[in-house]
Amino acid sequence: MIILKNLTLSDGSIQDIRIDAGQIVEIGRIADSGTDCTDLIGLAGFVDPHTHLREPGFEASETVLSGSKAAAAGGYTAICAMANTEPVADNSTVIERVYDLGIEAGLCFVQPIGAVTKGLKGLELANIQDMSRSRAKVAMFSDDGMCVHDENLMRQALLEVKKFGGVVAQHAQEPSLTIGAQMNQGAVATELGLTGWPAIAEEQIIARDAQLAEETGSRLHICHLTTGGGVEVVRWAKAKGIQITAEVTPHHLLLTEDLVRTYDPVYKVNPPLRTTDDNRALLAGLVDGTIDMLGTDHAPHSGEKKDCEWENAAFGMIGLESAASILHQVLIQSGAGDWTLFENIISKRPSKLTGLNNHGSIKVGAQANITLFNPHERIGVAEMNQSKSSNNPYLGLEFIGRVQHTIYQGQFTMIDQSVRDQK
Amino acid sequence: MKHLISVRDLTKDSAVALLDSAQQLSQVNQRTVKSLPALRGKTVVNLFYENSTRTRISFEIAAKRLSADVINFDAQASSTSKGESLKDTAQTLEALGAAAIIVRHPMSGAAHALANRGWVSASIINAGDGRHEHPTQALLDALTIRQLKFSGSDLTGVKVLIVGDLEHSRVARSNILLLSLLGAAVSVAGPAELVPEGIAAMGAKVYKSFDEALAEQPDVVMMLRVQLERMQKNEAFTTRDYIKNWSLDQTRLAQLGKETVIMHPGPMNRGLEISNQAANDPRSAVLRQVENGLAVRMAVLHRVLSGEVTN
Repeated sequence: MIILKNLTLSDGSIQDIRIDAGQIVEIGRIADSGTDCTDLIGLAGFVDPHTHLREPGFEASETVLSGSKAAAAGGYTAICAMANTEPVADNSTVIERVYDLGIEAGLCFVQPIGAVTKGLKGLELANIQDMSRSRAKVAMFSDDGMCVHDENLMRQALLEVKKFGGVVAQHAQEPSLTIGAQMNQGAVATELGLTGWPAIAEEQIIARDAQLAEETGSRLHICHLTTGGGVEVVRWAKAKGIQITAEVTPHHLLLTEDLVRTYDPVYKVNPPLRTTDDNRALLAGLVDGTIDMLGTDHAPHSGEKKDCEWENAAFGMIGLESAASILHQVLIQSGAGDWTLFENIISKRPSKLTGLNNHGSIKVGAQANITLFNPHERIGVAEMNQSKSSNNPYLGLEFIGRVQHTIYQGQFTMIDQSVRDQK
Repeated sequence: MKHLISVRDLTKDSAVALLDSAQQLSQVNQRTVKSLPALRGKTVVNLFYENSTRTRISFEIAAKRLSADVINFDAQASSTSKGESLKDTAQTLEALGAAAIIVRHPMSGAAHALANRGWVSASIINAGDGRHEHPTQALLDALTIRQLKFSGSDLTGVKVLIVGDLEHSRVARSNILLLSLLGAAVSVAGPAELVPEGIAAMGAKVYKSFDEALAEQPDVVMMLRVQLERMQKNEAFTTRDYIKNWSLDQTRLAQLGKETVIMHPGPMNRGLEISNQAANDPRSAVLRQVENGLAVRMAVLHRVLSGEVTN
């Protein structure tokens, strides 16, 4: 049994919580003593709709276990693992393998995402029904890393997931407009002599897919929105009543293309870092509800993939461990939003997206998935190191606010900033 | 100055000091015995991942005139074809005693990575990285312009027009940055599809037509080489249209002032971006550019390896 004392919920009320047999059994004032949570914010356990674990295939970069540790350290109680492993998670065998590895690690719920197309090749649909009926009950499908750019295939995928109320998560990038693209298109790319990735390549896919979602009456999720124009397209689609949701990453809220001037591949990511104007538009979209949620796009890479020339380097950066601190800075510290919105963005809405009904709320009778956030303590990013990879763009930075404890299925997976070992 | 990677590494004063130093060293090149003992015992490596006869030879002669030992490392013919990384190659060269590595690489930022990623402690000189920069070319161009157009130390008020394929040109990028740093008024002109977005932000006025730009009577017209190997992929490109709109042909040559300087970084495509007449014109400074290249590279090598400006 765990008793949490004196924590502040997102609605501002101060409560105690009793957890027993994995469930929340009481919320209110409890006479018994317990873990003092004075000044800590108690939030529904964080849910990441967009994580890259590298198992199977690239275990030198990350495993389900090491990624689960990073998740626990970041306050996550559920993560959705993208399909671009080797072999690709385009069938129930790989899906159930990842699912079981998640249960074995036991530090958070690992929900595999199924590939939309076989081998992520964008040529023919994977067996979506089969994956949805697997033990992992896959509801979200994505070729993330690659765009499902063929209209007919995308339409078929939307029709396929509609049969069981699933969702297609699109990596919006028109390939013909981004051949060899290395960074955001514009004056900085021109000076640096790097091939640009134009905003239109993202915006037109979102617009097209929104129309396909409307026509098919199916659900569409947009991964890692990066452009002000993309936010406008999603806003338009929502106003039309299209079933569309969107996520933004911590790095696209915080970082800009100016960092590429260092030619340090730690800043190389796809879609690329954009401009301060885009940062602002993304935050505004998050605040007004156009963007529903935060997705880390945690993308570990082993050292040699980054310790090379920019153009030879891999795309991606890690982010599970720092995501909440960054959201705290851009949303709460800036005064743009409150804890209710914070909880919606990092837990409630992503859990709803992926059908993770055991996550996303703190209420009596629910599974006890709770994150306690300390909004006052400083954190130097070097202290975050659960991931097997160190492609961390925030190294050397300091944030105010960090996760103090993480509780998954009624057990501490992190207590006082110390991650528990595998169960 | 430990490295020379980008014109952004220079201040106006340090750029002028390099030009002054090159000006003095160019006198060495006029002597019967053309060498100085300044870098005796130091090893300089030319690490070239792209073919370049003139830049490589220029650096080689420059290093030899300063009595350095020079090794040419032709990366295509070495173990890089077996997949050795730039980092490992550079570390190997340093282990063999290289004090300076002069690098040319098809990827933008390669020289920057060598200088800043902690791979090696040798001085790094950028001899051209992708479409990014070619700083010694800009320095030799600045020296040439200063000799021909200006008696002062910088280039205040000189009007320079750069014409052609700006998109793929590291020479253009380094020149825009350096010449404007030195006070010149830089303008550029080229076919719309070869003018990259935001180039004005680097410090250049953009003209949409060569003739319109020429009407402003520039003091210097710098023609860029058409990178034909890249143009073949560009469906909009035809030689005929290019010559009509963007070549320094006889008609445009006739419009230049008596004192206007014609420049080209070489190698020239005679009959394409520059007519035979323009290349042979007495106002052409092409060979002076090559000579100055030697002096500038001596000055840069001396500066990065001895840590001081020659005087």
